[in-house]
Amino acid sequence: MKLRLLYFARLRERFGVAEEGIEFAGASVADLLAVLQARGGVWAEELAAGRAFRVAVDQDLVALDAVLHDGAEVAIFPPVTGG
Amino acid sequence: MKILVQADAFDLGTEVDAMRHGRTDIGAIASFVGLARDINEGSGVAAMTLEHYPGMTEKALAALVDEASARWALLDVTVIHRIGRLLPGDPIVLVAVASRHRGEAFSACEFIMDYLKTQAPFWKKEETMNGERWVEARASDDAAAARWTDS
Repeated sequence: MKLRLLYFARLRERFGVAEEGIEFAGASVADLLAVLQARGGVWAEELAAGRAFRVAVDQDLVALDAVLHDGAEVAIFPPVTGG
Repeated sequence: MKILVQADAFDLGTEVDAMRHGRTDIGAIASFVGLARDINEGSGVAAMTLEHYPGMTEKALAALVDEASARWALLDVTVIHRIGRLLPGDPIVLVAVASRHRGEAFSACEFIMDYLKTQAPFWKKEETMNGERWVEARASDDAAAARWTDS
């Protein structure tokens, strides 16, 4: 399936990319994170288990076991700090 | 209901007047205005820049207002959150809630702010003497939001 990935705030700066499209063969958000962690470097560091980040699918916050669908918009970002 | 994400400043008086204009059923309006501070984590802040996730931000704020409306009998709600570069003293966020009686207005206003702090996709980056830094989320904000589900 095709996914559109978005990164925000500190993670956008660390990864050096705001948006990308990828071809994805897994099923869940956890599978996607494993694919991104496998890129190594800052990806492995920032997305490691225990690091604080949030994932939204189609603009709703989700848990790591959420199932992805073709064409999904997946955003990965730090815990929010507005208000 | 009015939900705005904007770079421009807002005026509390104008928003409250608009809320009660032409109606006599409102008995209470509670409001909150959050301001940019000049100090955070023990060091001076010269300015801050607010980034957000266009699309999700509006959706998340609307969901907060819907949730508040399901919990309390509300007559109107206004939420305005600014983005872009702000200076110390600048208003960042406004929440105003109208209801028949003060209890609903006070509770819903605090609820919306507590949830906004943990659910709405905004991020602050501060400019300090030692360069720029992203503001870290506070555990106390998670605790404040959790109060509304624990009770």
